[in-house]
Formats: sequence, structure tokens, C-alpha cells
Amino acid sequence: MAIVTVRSAVCVLGQFPALAGADLTVDAGEILLLAGPNGAGKTTLLRLLAGLVPLRSGSASVLGVDLTVDCRAHRRRLSLIGHETFCYDDLTVIENLRFAARAAGARDEAANFAATRFGLGAIADVRHARLSAGQRRRLALAAALAREPELLLLDEPHAGLDAQGRDLLDSILVAASADGVTVLVASHELDRARSLATREVIVEQGVVRAGQFVAPAGRAAL
Amino acid sequence: MSKQASGRAQTVNAGRPWLGLTAFAGVSATFVMGLVVAPKDEQQRDAYRLLYMHVPAAWLAYLAFTVTAIASALYLVPRTRHLRWDYLAGASGELGVMFTALMLAGGSLWGKPVWGQWWAWEARLTTTAILLFLYLGYLALRRIGGSPQQRATRSAIAGLIAFIDVPIVHFSVSWWATLHQEGSVFNDKMQLHIRDGVMQFTLLLAVASFTLLYVWMCMRRMELLALDEGLAERELQLAIDERSNRPATTNPVTV
Amino acid sequence: MCAKDLRIELRARVVMAQVLPFGVLVLILFAFTLDPNSAILPRIAPGLFWITVLLSSILAVGRSIAVEAEHGARDALRLSGMDGGAIFLGKVAAVVVQLLALELVLIVATFMLYSIDVRGLEVLVIAAISATIGIASTGTVYGVLASGAKVRETLVPLLVLPICAPVLLGATKAFESALAGRSGEAWPWVQLLGAFGALYLTVGFIAYGTLMEEA
Repeated sequence: MAIVTVRSAVCVLGQFPALAGADLTVDAGEILLLAGPNGAGKTTLLRLLAGLVPLRSGSASVLGVDLTVDCRAHRRRLSLIGHETFCYDDLTVIENLRFAARAAGARDEAANFAATRFGLGAIADVRHARLSAGQRRRLALAAALAREPELLLLDEPHAGLDAQGRDLLDSILVAASADGVTVLVASHELDRARSLATREVIVEQGVVRAGQFVAPAGRAAL
Repeated sequence: MSKQASGRAQTVNAGRPWLGLTAFAGVSATFVMGLVVAPKDEQQRDAYRLLYMHVPAAWLAYLAFTVTAIASALYLVPRTRHLRWDYLAGASGELGVMFTALMLAGGSLWGKPVWGQWWAWEARLTTTAILLFLYLGYLALRRIGGSPQQRATRSAIAGLIAFIDVPIVHFSVSWWATLHQEGSVFNDKMQLHIRDGVMQFTLLLAVASFTLLYVWMCMRRMELLALDEGLAERELQLAIDERSNRPATTNPVTV
Repeated sequence: MCAKDLRIELRARVVMAQVLPFGVLVLILFAFTLDPNSAILPRIAPGLFWITVLLSSILAVGRSIAVEAEHGARDALRLSGMDGGAIFLGKVAAVVVQLLALELVLIVATFMLYSIDVRGLEVLVIAAISATIGIASTGTVYGVLASGAKVRETLVPLLVLPICAPVLLGATKAFESALAGRSGEAWPWVQLLGAFGALYLTVGFIAYGTLMEEA
């Protein structure tokens, strides 16, 4: 079943055509790697899927919702991690997680669970402003998971994490995928992302092309 | 501007040069009638002549803001959503601010000889001053950038918010002013009786020709806004085509 | 949403630590410019108080917007899937609570600094609450309208001050009447304040979701 269907999507940021006719189809449970140089349109593609960037022309449907009709209805069911942490400086780790979980209609237990999964238990009562950059990244990832999403949109999730954090993230993503969560990862860490992904596409000049990498048989079925 | 765009501007405008010409002729005639032909008022002498500009300015300020509100509402209703309503709201808002400023300037110029002071804390004058700032804010909000659609939605809501404030401001200010009628500047001198036929005709001419001027300026401003937008649109389309038609690497494959 | 904003304020104490001293300072500066020994201060105290509140509330509203600007929280709010109207009510409630706390301190300061006898307390309280709802609603709506702009800090006052002119007028008159022991004269003004607050609360509730998306 297609979770994401994008056809000839054109998105404009200010006067810049970030997407110039992109096509993409993603099936449920896939871990799709979006590769490509800076400024190719990866971030805009992910933001389009989250309904944050309007379509200028073309069509896009995410989680069964037509974005040209309604760009808000599907947001509760997805999480996007961008370059920003989306957290409040003056709230603690656990407060930020609970706020994220409640806003998406998830229970507080989801927030507690996410904190444990990302090893944030020891710093649960520390304010976001006092966290290191690496801890903030972990918190952002945990907040995304605390929402119990059906679709995870990750923009450079490995950036700012240490080796241990990266391994942790990868294992969590594989587990989430096994639970039926669809994952889109934009990354420059091609080797690491390829070991994780079931399929790769290349975003370039605002359009999407097929990638070289095809997951070995068995990985795709994971 | 490209040749094509300026060509279109001429064709659009060529259809009704009479409108602008009539407006200018009417306004010129108003000046001649108001300053030379119409007789002096018995009490206010020549000062009353400002009325020939003040009355049309007041009428057009309120008309312009009403048009802005209606156009804003039309943009917000999905069935009638079109950027031309945003152009109309913007053009009319700008003219409304201009006429409001004209009304205030004329009012205080007239107040000095008649009231003996530039400004009086009188209900209409105070309401008008608040109105000016209310819509200066609206115009500032129109200029903060974003896509045309963003600007249109944002301005349309702001236009309606400002408009529903107008009666509240008017109501509260007049209530406030009636409480403060100590040593009022109001007296019989203020009562202006336009009984003279020439005066009546001049006033009518003034209102009619300034209204034509408003309609004409509003239409020209809308055209200009539409052309600006068209130009930006064309540049954008070129940028999109350029980006999608110039793949940097090999083998374009549809996924 | 409201609880979150209030908790942030409790932690950061920007409003209480910066806006409140600003307000008291303005009250003291008024006394410098107007002869403090004459009878003028008690007479115009309601007006000075409400001007101070309005200026302080501009700062408080600015803080309420700034909270959402840090680390892309505005996008996070859009992504959260919460209803726009609910977010609006939460933010307004948080601003109202902060402003009421601010007004409480400022009114005590006004009474003490300008030596005023308290009368018609129930009118004062109801008028203050209605006026504060009006200021917070318009401030929050215009805050999100201007939130995308680089010139936000200068634009918000230009937008909020004229639209709140009736609130300033109504609240001042209501306070004057109540303090003069003529509570009966204050009620029409209180009704005006209530109507203003209800109107803009409704407008914001309806428009906020759209404004977050498109403004």
C-alpha cells in the first residue's frame, strides 16, 4: 500500500523553486533513503510531505490524505525531525517529551518510553537550554517517537550524534520499521544509511531519480 | 518590465481613458468652482471652501475601507477566492489611508481659522486619527513579504479585524467625547448651511469627481499590482523550467 | 498549551523579571513629568495605569510570540496536529494570567505611589479582567499575523495600539467612575470592554489556525 504518492510536485520557497516536478511513491514499512547534494530539495520534499510547504502545482497524498485539499489532517500521524529541535528551552526533557506526545494525542507513557529508549532517563529533569548539542539531538528524536507516528520523516538524523547515538538511532529505526512505521531518511551518511535502508532515491535539482542502491534480498522483507 | 507586459498594460488601459480624463476634468472643475466661482460663506468666509475637499475625502475614506473589507471577505470565501480581491483590498486600503490623511490635514487647516486651534478632541476627528493608524498598520502588514497567497490571506483577515474595530472605536470615542463637553469649541459658527445653489452644485461636483478619481486610481493600482505579480510569476516559471530541464547527472529515471 | 506557556514563564521569569519593573518604572517616570505634589496624579491615575498596562502588555505579547520562535517551535506547533483554535485559547489564557498578575502589582503600586483610596473594587476587578481578555486576544492574533516578519518587534505595537484604543478608553473610564464612587457610571464601559473581549476572542479562535498555516 502506498503511504506517500507525489506526482510532478512543484514547491517554491520565496522565489526559489526548491522542487521542480518531483515524483515519489513510498510503500508502507519501507525505510527510504533520500540521497543528493545540498540544495537539491530533500528538506523541502520532507516538509511538503508534512504539509508545511504548500504545493504550487502537481499532487501529493500522504497517509491517504490529499495535501491539495487538506495539509493538516495527517499531521497527528507523522513526525518530522528537521535541523531544529522543536523544543522549548525552559522546559525539561520529560516536559518537552510529554508536550510533544500529548499534542499528537499519545499518552504520557509514550513519552516516558521514548526517554528510556534514547537513554535520556538520567537527564529527564534537565532543562533543554542546559543540554549539550548531542543530547538535544537525542531529545528531538525521542520527541518524534513519543508521538507514536505511522510515518517518520527524518532530515539528517545522524548529524550531531556520536557513534553510540547513531547505532542506537539505527536500531530504533529498524525496530520501528518492523512495527509497520514507514521511514524516510534524508542523509549524507550514505554508507550508514544504506545499511539501514530498503531503497534509495536521489534528489537532484528539485526532482527525484532512482538510486543505485538496492537492498539485498531479505533486508527489504524485514 | 518586459515588452509584453507593458503592451498588456496599454491595451488594458486603452479601453477606458475617458474614466481618468473625466475624473481629472471633474477635479479641475471642482477647484475652479470651489475656489473662484462659489461665493464666500457669511460666517466662515473663505475657510469653508476646504469643505469641497473635506466632504469627498471623508466619504471616500469610509468607502475605501468598506471596499477593502468586502474584498477581504470575498478573498476568504473559498468559492470566490481570487488574487484580484487581494489587489482590490490593497489598492483601496492605500487610497483610504490617503483620503483619511487628506481629511485630517484639511480638518485641522479648517479648524485653525474657525475653531481657533489646529486640533480639537472631538469625536469624529479623534475617530479619524485612530482610523488612520489602524490602516497604516494594515498597509505595513501587507508589505512584510511571503508568497502572494500568504500575503492575501494574512491581509484579508487583518482587513476584517480592522474593519470591525471601526464602529467600536467610533462608538467609544463619541461616548467619551460627550462626557467631556466642558468649554467646547463647538458654536454656531460651525453650523454651515449650504443653501446657495452654486455651493450645492460645487459640493455635488466635488463628491462626484473625487469618487471617479478614486475608482480610476483604484483600477490603475490593481493593474499595477497584477502586472507586478505577473512579472514575478513569469520569472518563477522560468526558474522552475530551468531547474527541471537541466539535470546535472546521467540517466533520468522516473521513480 | 496554557500550562506549557505558564511553566516556561515560571522558569524563565522574563515577564515578571523584566516587564514588571518596566511597568513600575513607567509609573514613576509619569510622576516626574507631572508635578507629583499637585492633585493631578490621583485624578489621572486610571489613565496612567492603563497606558502602562498597555505598553507592558505589548512586551508580554512579544514574549509569548518569542517563545514559539525558539528552535522552530512554530513549525512544531503546526506539526503537532493540535487545533488552531485550541492553541489560540491556550496562548490567550497564558497571556491573560501573566497580565493579571502584572496588573495586580501595578495597581498596588499606582495606589501607593499616587495615594489613591480604593473604592468600587468589584468594578475594578471585572473591568480589568474584561480589558485584559481584549488586549490578550488582539495581541495574540496580531502576534501570529506578524510572526513571520523580520520587523515583528516594531510592527506589533503599530497594530495592537490603535485597535486597543477602545479598551484603553473604556478601562480608564470604568476605573475613574469606580474610584470616584460612581460605580453605576462604570457599567456601560465594562459592558463595552466585555463585548470587545468576546468579539476578538471569537475572531481569534476562528482565524488562528488559518493564520498559523498561511501567514
